Amino acid sequence: MNVDRITEKLNILADAAKYDVSCASSGSKRKNEYKGLGNASNGICHSYTEDGRCVSLLKILLTNHCIFDCAYCVSRKSNDIQRAAFTVQEVVDLTINFYRRNYIEGLFLSSGIFKDADHTMERLVRIAKKLRTEHNFNGYIHLKSIPGASDELMREAGLYADRLSVNLEMPTEEGLKLLAPDKNRKDMIDPMSFLNKEIIQRAEEKKLFKKAPMFAPAGQSTQVIIGATPENDQQILQTASHFYKAFNLKRVYYSGYVPVLADKRLPGLDTSVPMVRENRLYQADWLLRFYGFKVNEIVNPQQPLLDLDIDPKLGWAIRNMQAFPVDINKADLQMILRVPGIGMQSAHKIVSARKFAKLSWDQLKKIGVAINRAKYFIVCKSNEFERRDLTGTRIKQFILAESKSKYLKSTPTQLSIF
Amino acid sequence: MTRLIYDGTFEGLLTAIFEIYERKLNHVKMEKGEWYTSALFENLIKVNTDKVRASRVLKGLRQKLSAAGIQRLYIAHMAELENEDDIIVGFIRYAFDTPVNIEENYGNKYVMRISEIVGMMRREKHRMEAFVRFQKLKDDSFYAAVEPDFNVLPLLIKHFKSRYADQRWIIYDIKRSYGLYYNMHDTEFISLEFSAASHPGKVITAFCEDEGIYQHLWKNYFHSVNIPARKNTKLHLRHIPKRYWKHLTEKI
Repeated sequence: MNVDRITEKLNILADAAKYDVSCASSGSKRKNEYKGLGNASNGICHSYTEDGRCVSLLKILLTNHCIFDCAYCVSRKSNDIQRAAFTVQEVVDLTINFYRRNYIEGLFLSSGIFKDADHTMERLVRIAKKLRTEHNFNGYIHLKSIPGASDELMREAGLYADRLSVNLEMPTEEGLKLLAPDKNRKDMIDPMSFLNKEIIQRAEEKKLFKKAPMFAPAGQSTQVIIGATPENDQQILQTASHFYKAFNLKRVYYSGYVPVLADKRLPGLDTSVPMVRENRLYQADWLLRFYGFKVNEIVNPQQPLLDLDIDPKLGWAIRNMQAFPVDINKADLQMILRVPGIGMQSAHKIVSARKFAKLSWDQLKKIGVAINRAKYFIVCKSNEFERRDLTGTRIKQFILAESKSKYLKSTPTQLSIF
Repeated sequence: MTRLIYDGTFEGLLTAIFEIYERKLNHVKMEKGEWYTSALFENLIKVNTDKVRASRVLKGLRQKLSAAGIQRLYIAHMAELENEDDIIVGFIRYAFDTPVNIEENYGNKYVMRISEIVGMMRREKHRMEAFVRFQKLKDDSFYAAVEPDFNVLPLLIKHFKSRYADQRWIIYDIKRSYGLYYNMHDTEFISLEFSAASHPGKVITAFCEDEGIYQHLWKNYFHSVNIPARKNTKLHLRHIPKRYWKHLTEKI
C-alpha cells in the first residue's frame, strides 16, 4: 500500500464529503450472521470533531471529479482544486480496517458525478456489494442515490445499503435553479419516489416471508442547505414536512451554509455559518416528528421566521397562552409534551409517576423538568404558582434574563423557583 | 439504627434484605467490608452471604417487579457508588411493602435515584461502546485499554461479542485491573501481568505491521472532516470529556 498516496486521497475525499451533515447510523436492524463482521442497529457516535459534530461513519466521496458546476459545492467543475479518486478495493480496505478497530459504525459513500449517473452509481453499488458478499460485512452502509441512475441500479443499491439519500440541496426549486443550473428538482425526486415505493413493497413482502431480503432498512434521508439562498424558515419547514409525508423520509438534515466559494450568487466569504438558525430548525423538526406539532403552529405567514433567541416550543407557548396552565397531574401526554422545558423522557416519567401520587415541584425537578421554563406554563401539587397575569413577552424576558446567567463565571449556588 | 456489614456482592445484598425482614429491622445502614470484632457495643450485624436466602429474596422480587426492573437493580449495584446501597435496599423494601409494582413511580425518591444511577451506568456503557479503540497485534488479535468511570465491562460483552464475532479481542480495564477476552467462541474475564516496561496502555511493540498505518489514516481522517468555521469547543468537550482522550487514537 502506498501510504502517502492513500493518505492524500483520504484527506481530499473526506474533506470534500464533510459538508454533507447526515451522520446517522441508526434505524437499521442488520444482524451479524454466520460469524461475520459487524452489525447495525441503534447507531453509535464514535468520536466528535472539534466543531462538535459526531463522527459515526467513514464519510467519503468515491471521487471529487464532477461534471456539474453547482455554485454551492466545493467539488464543482470550475473550482480549481486537487482531484482524486479511490479504487473500489481502497474503499473496502479502509472501511473494514477502520471498522475492526471500532473507529466507525460503517461507510457513508457519496461521489461526484464522473462520466454519467449510471457509471457513478454502478461503482458505489459495487463497493457495497463487495463489502456485503465478499467480506460478510454487516455494519452500516449509507449510499447516495445518484439522480438519473437507472432503476435497476437503485434496486440493487437498496439490497446492500441500510440507508439511501438524495440531497435536495436547496429548499425550493427557484433556489436550485439559481445555484445549480445543471440540475433539476425532478431528477432528485424521481429516485426518492422510486425507492420509497420499493421500500414499501419490500417491507410488505418481508411481513409475508421472513426470509425476504432487507431493502434499505434504515430508509431514506435528504439534506437542504440553509442560508445560501433567501428562503425563510416557513418555506424550509414546509418543504421538510412535505418530504416527510410524501416520501416517508427518516430524516431531513439542515446544513448551515459554510462560505467556501466566491460567487456573486452566494453569500460573501466573510458571512458566518448560521449555526443558531440551523439549531432552531432541528428543534422545529423534532417538534414536527415527535411532539405532534404541525408546521403552521411553528411558522406561518405572520411568523415566517423562527425566533433565534428562544426554542420554537417556547415560541409557540408564549403565542398561545390561552392553552396554559397545564395541570401536570391531569393533562394528557400530548399536552404535557407541548410544555416548554418538558422533554420526551420527562413527559413519559410524569405520566407513569402520577398514577401513584400527584406530583409536586420538587419531584418534577428530580424527574428532569427544566423548571425555569416550565414554571410559567404548569400547575402541580403545590400552592405556589407563578403569577398568572404575565404576558408571553414578559415570560420571554424573564426566561432570557435567567438563561444568560448560565454564562456568568460564578453561578448562584441555588436557583430559587419562585 | 442497625449497620449491616456485607461482602459487597449482589447476593450479599439480597441476603441482607432477608436479614432485615427476618429480624424485623427498621432503620438500617449498609456497609461493605470486613468484619471487625472491636465494634462490640454497636448495633452491628454481619451478613453471611447465603445463596438460598438470596434466591428466596430474588424470587420474591420477581413477583413484585418486571425482569427489566430487577436487571436495573443489578446494574445500579454494579455502579459501586459510595453509600448508594441504602438506596437499593430502600427500593427493594418499598417494592415488597407495596401491593402493586412500583418501578415506574418516579415521584418516589428511591425509584428516581435508581433511575439516575442506571442512567449513569448506561451512559458509561454507551461511551465504552463508542470509545474503545482496538489495536491490532502481531498475533492478529485486537487489544483495547479503557478506564471507565464505572465498572461496566460485564455490560459490554453482548455488544462486542455480536459485533466482532470473527476476530479475537481483549478489552482491558486498567483502573480495575481486569479485562474481557473473546476467543471467537466465548468471552472470559482475564487479568494480565504487565511488566513495568510494557504498561498496558503502551503495547506498541506488539503491534502488527499495518497498525501504525491505519492509526495514521484515522487521525488524518479525523482532522479532515473537521470544519474550522464551525469550531465549537464547548460542545466538543461535552461529547468527549478530556479524561477519555488518552485512549482515543485520534486525540492522542
